[in-house]
Amino acid sequence: MLEVSGLSKTYGEGARATHAIAELSFTVHEGEFVCVVGPSGCGKTTLLRCLAGLLPPSAGRVTLRGRPVSGPPEEVGFVFQEYSRSLMPWLSVRENIALPLRHKRLGRAERDRLVEEAVESVALTGFIDHYPWELSGGMQQRVAIARALAYQPEILLMDEPFASVDAQTRADLEDLLLRVRAAYGVTVVFVTHDIDEAVYLGQRIVVLTPPPTSVQEVLDVTLPEPRDQVETKELPEFAHLRAHIFRSIKRRQSLQGQGPG
Amino acid sequence: MNRRRALLIALEAGVPLAALVTWWVWSAQAGSFYFPPLADILTTFADTWVFERVGSDVLPSLARLAAGFGAAVVLGVAVGTALGSFPLARRVAGPLVEFGRAIPPPALLPFAILVLGVGDAMKVFVIAVVCLWPVLLNTVDGVRGVDPTMLETARVYGIRGAQRLRTIIWPAALPQIFAGMRTSLSLALILMVISEMVASTHGIGYFVLQAQRSFAIPEMWSGIVLLGLLGYLLNAALALVERRVLRWHRGARSSALQ
Repeated sequence: MLEVSGLSKTYGEGARATHAIAELSFTVHEGEFVCVVGPSGCGKTTLLRCLAGLLPPSAGRVTLRGRPVSGPPEEVGFVFQEYSRSLMPWLSVRENIALPLRHKRLGRAERDRLVEEAVESVALTGFIDHYPWELSGGMQQRVAIARALAYQPEILLMDEPFASVDAQTRADLEDLLLRVRAAYGVTVVFVTHDIDEAVYLGQRIVVLTPPPTSVQEVLDVTLPEPRDQVETKELPEFAHLRAHIFRSIKRRQSLQGQGPG
Repeated sequence: MNRRRALLIALEAGVPLAALVTWWVWSAQAGSFYFPPLADILTTFADTWVFERVGSDVLPSLARLAAGFGAAVVLGVAVGTALGSFPLARRVAGPLVEFGRAIPPPALLPFAILVLGVGDAMKVFVIAVVCLWPVLLNTVDGVRGVDPTMLETARVYGIRGAQRLRTIIWPAALPQIFAGMRTSLSLALILMVISEMVASTHGIGYFVLQAQRSFAIPEMWSGIVLLGLLGYLLNAALALVERRVLRWHRGARSSALQ
């Protein structure tokens, strides 16, 4: 469904150029939950911005259903890490979620239904007329997820969405994400630096190298679904996978022996 | 905490009251021609402004102020949005804007009288020119300062054109636009008075100057008091509108500080 081939991104020119992404190729299949994990500073956010059409790649290409991505495609929903800066503080929860729907040609009733369904799926029905700043961080990120879902994307790109909430909230949000993904049947590309999170959520994991970034390996996760915070994480396979990824990132870092890993 | 608040409120109300009492007592026994007793000024104020000259002087003054201020806000936001959105436009128009706002507005009066005559158009023009710059410059700042994550959110969700302006750019810039409007409103009042003193047959500024020229000192003072009151009320009214429109801004700011 989503194909990344030979993608590279260089910032700046000449001797001062930084090679954020050297060469990346991978494929995301229909309905899949793919986690992209790598050491911090390895250009995960750059990659996701290229996938969303927010950033033109320096070379290579991204194709969505066979069509090259040159600007943000209508089939893509995006959840930013900075929820408080991606929600509009002057709009209520309802208005924030309805905002991207205004220019879609939908009837009013249809629009209201999409908004209310999305709010219900993230369990915020009682807060639909609140403003984002009246909600906790975790709730704000749920609003951002609801906004992405109501937009009815075929692929949902998430940029370390749970990196700035506390551990308990994070576990709740992970489970919520798995539930709504199943309900909406949407393809997800989820970027994180947290190996546990990647293994817990993903069906496939793309492990990236430190910069200049390329794909180190792609792993299939065969953990049973639905996942469970306690039981899944007790399984030997969970421990194996996370240890494997951890070692492979560590080994690569020490091989390259560079500081800004 | 509560006692402290009560004390602060008492002080806030008490100091102006004390100033008034001092003025009253002092002016009552001063016997000065230039500083008539406050009692006389207030009596004159009641005779003059409640509501005899409201229709002939106060309303025309306020109408000119409103027209000039309103035109400046519309133009300032429009041009400021364009300059804020396009770096090239900012580069090209930058020197012009800097020069325009450096001209002391009263210096435009002779030109305005020459071209527009001594009527309302001249006064509205001068008020609009002085009000334009704070609104324009603050709008530019506000539009440039919109959070990049918000702009990316707009791009991802296909929000562009007029919808982007209405639902994202302008609301985000609104706190700054209001800051510009507050500055402009004070300037508008100043230019309203000056333009009426230079060339007019009615208006509050005209009244104050005429009273002085005919040695009607209590009348002159009553006009000054009225201008002070009007300035105070206009600012309070704008602050009230701002509080309502920017409720989200205070809420978002106070929750970000926690």
